Amino acid sequence: MLASETVDAAQALADLTEISSQIEAAVLFDEGGAVLGSTLADDQAAQALARAGAELLERAGDFRSDGDGVTQLEASTPEGSVFVVGGDPRRIAATTGPAPTVGLVFYDLKSCLRGAAEEPPPTKRPRRKKAEDEA
Amino acid sequence: MKRKLLALLGFGTGIFAGSVAYRRSFARRRDRVDVYFGDGSMVSFVEGSPEADTLIPVAREALAAAHRSPRRT
Repeated sequence: MLASETVDAAQALADLTEISSQIEAAVLFDEGGAVLGSTLADDQAAQALARAGAELLERAGDFRSDGDGVTQLEASTPEGSVFVVGGDPRRIAATTGPAPTVGLVFYDLKSCLRGAAEEPPPTKRPRRKKAEDEA
Repeated sequence: MKRKLLALLGFGTGIFAGSVAYRRSFARRRDRVDVYFGDGSMVSFVEGSPEADTLIPVAREALAAAHRSPRRT
């Protein structure tokens, strides 16, 4: 995992929690289940959420052998909902309280995935003055 | 007579509206899983179906993990 990937994931998650008041926790992870970033302070909890998200996608994918795979899912319980959005190569899992606005949450999670996938803007190097070069 | 009839009608309407609101707010929400596929289709699995019974325990683990950790500041 590159350091820049972690920074991008952290920034994307920070943006996500800022725009969405419904999302209680979110974790970005890769195809292997490795955590790229999380809103949770506890690393073990973040790992558990990523593992559960990966498992949900995998199990749901087993329901249909033909055609396209699972792109996203929502598991709703009286205690809250779990959302998982599959991406290439990043994925995101998030939890909300009961009865969330489903479309809005999916939209915010996809925006977060896109934000995490974007290349960071190149940092401009200050140009040296000619006088310094000549000296 | 007409006034009494209107009062009775209003009372009945109020009772009906109250019972509907009560049932909606206290009705038990069932576990459900909505799965979206790449071809644009969506399948909803409700509590009691084999598919939901496969996915709901994993979702509960995810919720438990999220609830046991504070948010990063």
